[in-house]
Amino acid sequence: MIENVDISLVDWSRAQFALTAMYHWMFVPLTLGLAFIMAIMETIYVKTGNPEWKTITKFWMTLFGINFAIGVATGLILEFEFGTNWSNYSWFVGDIFGAPLAIEGIMAFFLESTFIAVMFFGWNKISKKFHLVSTWLVAFGANLSALWILVANGWMQFPTGMKFNPETARNEMENFWEVFLSPVAINKFLHTISSGYVLGSIFVLGISAWFLIRGRHKLLAKRSIIVASVFGLITSLFLVMTGDGSAYEVAQKQPMKLAAMEGLYEGQEGAGLVAVGALTPGKEYNDNKDAFLFKVEIPKMLSLLSYRDADAFVPGVKDIVEGYDYTNKNGVTTNDISAEEKIKKGKIAINALANFRKAKEAGNEAKAKEYRITLEENFQYFGYGYLNDPASIIPNVPLTFYSFHIMVALGFLFIALFAVALVFIYKNNLEKQKWFLWTALFSIPLAYIASQSGWIVAEEGRQPWVIQDILPTVAAVSQIDASSVQITFWLFAAIFTALLIAEIKILIRQIKIGPKDQEGGK
Amino acid sequence: MNKHQNIFKRIYLFYYNGFRDMPKYGIQLWILILLKLFIMFGILKVFFFPDILETQFETEEEKSKYIIEQLTKPNQ
Repeated sequence: MIENVDISLVDWSRAQFALTAMYHWMFVPLTLGLAFIMAIMETIYVKTGNPEWKTITKFWMTLFGINFAIGVATGLILEFEFGTNWSNYSWFVGDIFGAPLAIEGIMAFFLESTFIAVMFFGWNKISKKFHLVSTWLVAFGANLSALWILVANGWMQFPTGMKFNPETARNEMENFWEVFLSPVAINKFLHTISSGYVLGSIFVLGISAWFLIRGRHKLLAKRSIIVASVFGLITSLFLVMTGDGSAYEVAQKQPMKLAAMEGLYEGQEGAGLVAVGALTPGKEYNDNKDAFLFKVEIPKMLSLLSYRDADAFVPGVKDIVEGYDYTNKNGVTTNDISAEEKIKKGKIAINALANFRKAKEAGNEAKAKEYRITLEENFQYFGYGYLNDPASIIPNVPLTFYSFHIMVALGFLFIALFAVALVFIYKNNLEKQKWFLWTALFSIPLAYIASQSGWIVAEEGRQPWVIQDILPTVAAVSQIDASSVQITFWLFAAIFTALLIAEIKILIRQIKIGPKDQEGGK
Repeated sequence: MNKHQNIFKRIYLFYYNGFRDMPKYGIQLWILILLKLFIMFGILKVFFFPDILETQFETEEEKSKYIIEQLTKPNQ
């Protein structure tokens, strides 16, 4: 099949999906984070009865509403693309992807849309407590929606709890709990939502800093900074923990992605973690060039984080492509077969599927059973059968490496930002720290860059797979005209940009207006 | 809101008053949402994003046969 697929079709389909997914992801993390921040603020209002907290809550709720409205339906495009551009994939994953998405759709619709209306229209019409419950339910609803889609994504990174049915060419869910509670899915969910909490905190911190720079709405700004900094500091520390959990799972389930994240070409025992580094341009996995122009490493840290053992062997890109059999000084062996052997097994699996189908059509049940067994024995390498070059299992190393390091560096910067904000609040001199206020303001785009970088690591780092080891991107794409995908790519780019400009204008205007029409405003 | 009114009427009035009293930016956002939904469902979905399997095949059997053909092409 790979010989027949137009590579420009695959590339344009990927580009289009990346464009729409990244556009969608511009709005989701702020929804996730800001929902909890305003719920905390409203809780303080209900507990204290201080109307100033109501004003603060309503102001951030307005910005939440604008962001929510901007993001509405942007995810629907992705579903369109599944049916048009990725029909092989959509069919192949079957109910595994369908079930979580259906639950997500129902939950999002009923929980979020119902309580969002109560939250916005209910001030002074329902009791304070019921309004507060609605706000918390919006926050939990948004996060629950994220849960289901991330469970589906986690399954693609680590397919489990299913069985491939050769009669229908679909993966069928055998164990819902294995899919739902997969360690990859759980870590992915926690890491993703906590990144949203951090982004939401930085948004509140940055906008509040801007108010202080301008000398406006000082009380609102200071109180918002306190909530955002405390929430941000706690969640950014949690983000580090869940990031560690995610990377640990990557090491176990997607070692090539880990090698790309760290630019590790040659496997090492007691491998160091690259803190800062620049990759050598044009490096091939099997040449003799040094992988780095320069790097600063934390000794043994990669082994420790990846396998909870400072002396563990971490396979590099070359080891994974060529296969490895490594025994450490304690006699512990780690090994894996080469990509070439996996490709052979994958082709056996694909042939078995084709022959199974022919035997079924011919009514030869005995032969069909034989081919089914061969298919099942080799199914874990099914996707490799679509590849011809062992090197094609290597993702874009520079993109994965730099995205990962940008995300991590910014994550630690944000921890420092929240901590410093709290120190200045404690010393009661935050307003005078203009440099800090400007840094907080300009951290807003950095939070978005970190968030998008995380997804680039997750999705680019797992290439060439759509479903790890069992379906490569090239086999997942529909056989449609590449030019039509190209047209819709540019169409999306134009429409999204126009809508984004219009909507951001509304957001900025509301920020500039501030909470003037509410109690205790300017 | 009158608590003695019918529950459905109260819910209706809750939404009716909510939309009626919506600030200007809320109206603008609703216009953008509706415009976005029209572009997505009225133009993109209809003209650019047909569901390949739904439009080309009628039965599940036909769809699975097609996908198996797609997935096993090089080996036939």
